[in-house]
Amino acid sequence: MADARERAQEARGPQQADLWRPAPEPAGVPFEHAGMGAAVLDPPRDEGASPAEQADPRPAAEPPEPVVRIASGQGFWGDWQEAPKLQVRSGPIDYLMLDYLAEITMSIMQKQRERSPDAGYARDFVDLIVELAPDLVANGVRVVSNAGGVNPEGCRRALAEALSDVRLPRRPRVAVVLGDDLMDRLDALLEAGHELRHMETGEPLSTVRDRVASANAYLGAEPIVRALDEDADVVITGRSTDTALTYAPMMHEFGWASDAWDLLAAGVVAGHINECGCQASGGNTLVDWRRIDLTVPGYPIIEAKPDGTFTVTKHPGLGGRVTWATVTEQLVYEMGDPTEYITPDVIADFSTIRLQDPSNDRVRVSGVKGRPRTDRLKVSIAYHAGYKAVGTLTYAWPDAYDKAEKADEILRGRLAYLDLEFDEIRTEFVGAGACHGPLAGPPPEDLPEVTLRIGVRGPDRSAVAAFTREIAPLILAGPPTVTGFAGGRPRVQEVMAYWPALIERGVVERDIAVETTEL
Amino acid sequence: MRVQLREIAFARSGDKGDTANIGLIAFRPSIYPVLVQEVTAERVKQHFEGMCAGRVERFELPNLRALNFLLHESLGGGGTVSLMLDAQGKTFATALLRMEIDVPDELLEGREGESRPLRKGD
Repeated sequence: MADARERAQEARGPQQADLWRPAPEPAGVPFEHAGMGAAVLDPPRDEGASPAEQADPRPAAEPPEPVVRIASGQGFWGDWQEAPKLQVRSGPIDYLMLDYLAEITMSIMQKQRERSPDAGYARDFVDLIVELAPDLVANGVRVVSNAGGVNPEGCRRALAEALSDVRLPRRPRVAVVLGDDLMDRLDALLEAGHELRHMETGEPLSTVRDRVASANAYLGAEPIVRALDEDADVVITGRSTDTALTYAPMMHEFGWASDAWDLLAAGVVAGHINECGCQASGGNTLVDWRRIDLTVPGYPIIEAKPDGTFTVTKHPGLGGRVTWATVTEQLVYEMGDPTEYITPDVIADFSTIRLQDPSNDRVRVSGVKGRPRTDRLKVSIAYHAGYKAVGTLTYAWPDAYDKAEKADEILRGRLAYLDLEFDEIRTEFVGAGACHGPLAGPPPEDLPEVTLRIGVRGPDRSAVAAFTREIAPLILAGPPTVTGFAGGRPRVQEVMAYWPALIERGVVERDIAVETTEL
Repeated sequence: MRVQLREIAFARSGDKGDTANIGLIAFRPSIYPVLVQEVTAERVKQHFEGMCAGRVERFELPNLRALNFLLHESLGGGGTVSLMLDAQGKTFATALLRMEIDVPDELLEGREGESRPLRKGD
C-alpha cells in the first residue's frame, strides 16, 4: 500500500501536498431542507474523540496510518466527463474508480454489439483515458472500471489503438477481466441442469431462451485483485459488481484475505458509497440542496485504512458536500434488505455501519460487519421483449389539463379505429401528477401548460411504428393550443427485459481469466 | 401534532427491476422511534394506493436512524420494459414524504429557534 502512496507522492512532489489541505471550515454548519420547518440536523459525532479532534480531525502532518485514496469518477454511463479529470488533477488520489454499468446499461450495450461486433462497451471511457493518460502515469493513479460492458476485449482494443499515438513516459499496463459472459455456454448450462430461474417470478429461463440476447454473471473482486497484483495500471472488466471496483484496490493494497468478512463488508460499504458518483457528495441530495454548489462538484473519495475503517471525503476547493446526510442518503439508495447486502465476495450488514460527521466534508465510517459469501453468483440476463415508443405533446392555458386529456381520448380512439393492439398503453400528464400519481391530488385549475405523454408497448413492431405516426396529426386534428413537436416522430425502441438469476459459483469461476498487456 | 414526513425526515429512492426502494431518514435521533411506530409497511402500502400493486417490505436501521422500504410491482415492469416517466422510481422518495403522521409536540419543540429555513430568494 505504501507503494501507491509513495509513487503518487513522488510524482506530486512534497510541497504540493500541503496546497491540497483545505482551510478549516466552521463546525456545526446548519442544515436546511425542502420542508417548511427549520431543520437543524444532529450529525453523529465521534463519542470517543477529544474535542480538538472533533473540531478538526485532520492531522497537522502526514496521517499516522497509511491511507489509500479511491476516488469515484463516474456513477453511470453518461455521467459528467469532467468529474474524473477533477479527481485526478485537483488533489492526491491513488485509484480512480469508474462505474458505467446498470441493469439497463447492459441491455443497451448488448443492442450496440448486435449492430456492430466491435461495440458494446463505454466508448466515453476510451476518450477519457486517452486524455488523462499523462496525468495518470505521472501521478501513479491506477484505474479500475467496468467500462468493458458486454465487450471488454473490444474496449481494450479501442484503448490500445487510441493510446498508440499518445506519448507517455512509460507504456501503461492494461488488464481485462474475462469470464462473466455466459452467452456462448448458455445452452450447455441449461442442459447441465442450471435452470437460471427468474429471481422474482421463479420461472425457468427456458421460457424465454430463444429471445435471450446476453447473459453475464456478476463477478467479484478476485480477478481485479489479480490484475492489480500483476501491476496493471488500468483494469477493464465486464459485469463486475459496482462495489468490487472500489474494494478490490483495498484488498490488493492491504492484503485482505478472501474470508476476512468484516473487512470485505467494509469495502462493500465503501463501494456502495462510491458507485453512484456525486450522489454521495451532494448531488441528488434532498437536505440543504439549495445551498450545495454543484456547478463544479467534487465526487466522493474513500480514504481507506487497513483495519477496514474509512473516511468519505472530496477534494477541497471543489463544490459538492460530504455530510452524514449525503452519505446516509446514498447508503439507503437501492439498498434492499440492509442486513443482507449480497455480493459475490461477502454478505455485508448495513445495520452495523457507524457514521461520524465532524462537519468538515469528512464522514468516518466504521463498525461494519460481514458474513460468509454465498455459494452462488447472480446472473444478469437480457432478452428481447418486444417494442415500445413514447410520444409527447404540450397543451397551453387555458384548460391545459382538459385539452391533454381530450387529446389522449382521441388518440386512443384512433388506435382502436386502426385495430392497433398493444400489451400496454400508458398515459401520463406531465405537470399534473405524472411523478406522484394519485398522491399529488387532482391537478390544480389554471395550469400554465400540461404535457401529454403517451407510450405503447407490444410484440408487433409495425403496430408500434403505426402508433408513432398518430402523434403529429393531433396538432391540426386535435384540441387547440398544442406545441412541442419539434423532435419529430417518436422513435420505435426495442425492449430488452431484464432477467436476474442465480448460478453455482464454481461453474463461472473456473472460466474467469485476467489478461494483462502493455499498450 | 400532525406533520408531513418532509418536516422531520428526508429520503432517497431508486429501483431494482419492478421494485421501488425508498430509504427514509430521520433528521433527529429522537424522531426515529416515531418513524418506526408510525410509518409501518401497512401505512406505506395504503399511502401508495394506485402506485404500488404489490407488497411493501420494511427494514429498520437504527444505526442510520433510517427505514428502508421495498415497494414491489410499482414501476410498470421496471427497466426498459416500463413506459413510466419515472421508470426508475427516482421520485418515490418525495412521494413518501407527503405522508402525514402524528408526532408528540415535545419532539417538535425548539426547532424554530435553532435555525431559519432558507427560502427561494434568500
